[in-house]
Amino acid sequence: MMDQQAQYAKERRSYLVGFLLALGLSVVSFALVAAKLLPADYLLTGVFVLGFVQLLVHFRFFLHINFSKSKRDDLDLLLFSTLIIVLMAGGTLVVLFNLHHRMT
Amino acid sequence: MTETTGLWHLLMGNLSYDALPFYSPIATVGASIVVLGALGTAVLITWLGKWKYLWSEWLTSLDHKRIGIMYIVLALLMLSRGVIEAVMMRTQQALAIQSPGYLPPDHFGQLFSTHGTIMIFFVAMPFLTGLINFVMPQQIGARDVRFPLLNAISLWLTVAGAALVMVSLVLGKFSTGGWSGYPPYTESAYQPGVGPDYWIWVLTLSSIGSTLTGLNFAVTIYKERAPGMRFFRLPLFTWTALCTSILMIFAMPPLTVATALLALDRYLDMHFFTNALGGNMMNYANLFWLFGHPEVYILILPAFGVFSSVFSTFSAKRLYGYKSLVYATMAIAVLSFTVWLHHFFTMGQSPSINAAFGIATMLIGIPTGVKIYDWMLTLYRGRVRFSVSLLYSLMFMLLFVIGGLTGILLATPPVDFVVHNTVFLVAHFHNMLIPGMLFGMLAGYQFWFPKAFGFRLDETWGRIGAACWGLGFVLAFMPLYVTGLEGMPRRSQEIFQPQFAPYLLLAELGGLIILAGLFSLFVQLWVSIRRRDHNRVPVGDPWDGRSLEWANPAPPPEYNFFTLPQVEDRDAFTWMKERGVAYLPAQHYEDIEMPRNSATAVAIGVAALLSAFGLVWHIWWMAVVGLGAAWAAVIVRSFVRDTMRTIPASEVEQAHRGWLREIAATRAVSRDEEMSAGNVGLAESAS
Ligand code: HEM
Ligand SMILES: [Cu+2]
Repeated sequence: MMDQQAQYAKERRSYLVGFLLALGLSVVSFALVAAKLLPADYLLTGVFVLGFVQLLVHFRFFLHINFSKSKRDDLDLLLFSTLIIVLMAGGTLVVLFNLHHRMT
Repeated sequence: MTETTGLWHLLMGNLSYDALPFYSPIATVGASIVVLGALGTAVLITWLGKWKYLWSEWLTSLDHKRIGIMYIVLALLMLSRGVIEAVMMRTQQALAIQSPGYLPPDHFGQLFSTHGTIMIFFVAMPFLTGLINFVMPQQIGARDVRFPLLNAISLWLTVAGAALVMVSLVLGKFSTGGWSGYPPYTESAYQPGVGPDYWIWVLTLSSIGSTLTGLNFAVTIYKERAPGMRFFRLPLFTWTALCTSILMIFAMPPLTVATALLALDRYLDMHFFTNALGGNMMNYANLFWLFGHPEVYILILPAFGVFSSVFSTFSAKRLYGYKSLVYATMAIAVLSFTVWLHHFFTMGQSPSINAAFGIATMLIGIPTGVKIYDWMLTLYRGRVRFSVSLLYSLMFMLLFVIGGLTGILLATPPVDFVVHNTVFLVAHFHNMLIPGMLFGMLAGYQFWFPKAFGFRLDETWGRIGAACWGLGFVLAFMPLYVTGLEGMPRRSQEIFQPQFAPYLLLAELGGLIILAGLFSLFVQLWVSIRRRDHNRVPVGDPWDGRSLEWANPAPPPEYNFFTLPQVEDRDAFTWMKERGVAYLPAQHYEDIEMPRNSATAVAIGVAALLSAFGLVWHIWWMAVVGLGAAWAAVIVRSFVRDTMRTIPASEVEQAHRGWLREIAATRAVSRDEEMSAGNVGLAESAS
């Protein structure tokens, strides 16, 4: 019984941490753009980086993906998905920019 | 198509007298066959009084085995239409040498478009989905797929797509843009009629169904394996099912997106793929083949899985090089996402990009070659029996290698520049699809039929069928390699080189022999049903099978296994038989929960069909009502609490003991007697 409660508290803490991190990252991203806190050149990169960290936060705290052995399947699938998406989206960009370039 | 106006338009959209197929006698005959066939079937079912049986035992069933069988029935029906259309095209090309032939260009264009679309989406996809549905859960020792209702929804979405292609034969005309539907030709500027709309919604229905299927299968294999069934103990068919499912998950969405964007162009006047106003059709080609290339591996991998089962079962040996086969399958699955550009080498990118994709394409030959050697070594010194399944598999091995070699040729961009858009390509991909995909499916159909229905298929007609398919294929497509190299364009309605005549006549003959092969399949089915009492295999293991699907009776109970098996080895069932533990009563039986029937999936299928039909003909109320009804069905379903049915342990035990008593009274047969009436499905244990 005690065990379950402890477990519950632990999970709630993890969700809260995740929520705060996600919230913080969103606020910072919006702030960067709204208040132009970075020079224009770096703005896009900054938002991308924050977005990427946001992604990791969601995986870690909400989807419970980590490096433990019991999560191996999930992690594998995730990495595989990333690989395929990079291939498809990256390949598309390469091909279409190449075509565009040769048309102009 | 004429635009209608006023109240008529509001109620009936653009449907009008013009939509009826009276513009040519051939169209009228085709439409009549569809209408009469549908009416005839309905009358027959009524006359036999089988509606209730059909509804409660099949249409609303969530049993993965029944869903699988329904998929295969759909595939065989659509295969008949596809082959008939193919023979019509072959006949046209044989006749139309410096003459117009019997099919006008517009009709010929519809034929290759429907033939290609049907063969890929309503023959190949349902066939492999059906086989995986039937076999995979049994191979991994599960009672069903992870999401039985979703499985039925996938089926009925696919059926809705197939129904819409059939409707297109009766009302209006289909697209003439080929199975790939390239814009700008499929934009409304060039094809203002309903044709491309039919094509778009047919594909959308089918691709959504396939995406859901992919998710369902992948989750099933991850989550529903029996105790002890580690990944490296999965039968190879299940491995290929897993890789195919993952390919479906990632490859179908680009297609859905491409057709959706094309729909936006056509319906809302947007400009994704138009020539002017910022459109770029290359993005369509890119998206389509992002789907299209993985698709061909979706089609071929399950066939590889079937061949693996067949080779090892019919040579009574463990599969040679199991791990290399698994890794080869994975390698093929990943590589299949790196080569899509070879479908448009000639469309303008720089030579270095072409070279990179060409090399990636050739690499796929390596894992595929590994597989061929593994299969040959599986046969080597085996106890080989030339069953119908094995005949299909051997023909596959021979012919597929030829097709693979021409594929390597095509992967060389300069060669592709010469032969692209010729019938050389048509010969190449039929060389992969017929001996590869289709023979695989037919081999699987012959192999697992006794498991599904409890009796073996007729051997003689099976052999006649296999011979016709093999010979017919060779005659129908080898000549096209020659005329293709000589520059005969694909999709030609008329031919202007008299020297092609002999080749095209040979190809025509091949087409007719293929038609005879198709006919033999149906005769075989008919004969086998008539003589089923001589071919029964109630014990369930007619071929001395090696994996778990053979460990239960034929046909299997709804819940597949009386008690869930404990897996100790890669050839799980052979392991049990060798230790004499295959047919033992359990210490203890448990209640089994199985899903109840549900009409939700049928409702969604009908609603989706209505919605798609409404979209095609601009009958907006119907499109909205259909879509609304589909969602309503989902919501209504969410209020149903009582979705499972419990089968009491006592009933399971009784069934199990009854079966075991039957086995005790059965004579086991040796492999020499496999094709004889004495084979009732109990295999003599190997010495
Ligand atoms: C059963 C024997 C078959 C015959 C005799 C046959 C014949 C043909 C013919 C004559 C064409 C038109 C070629 C041209 O454009 O000049 C064609 C196209 C095509 N076939 Fe088949 N076919 C057969 C089976 C299949 C199967 C099993 C599949 C796939 C699973 C398939 C997929 C296609 C596709 C995708 C096209 C291209 C359609 C297009 O041009 O858009 N065929 N076939
Ligand atoms: Cu390809």
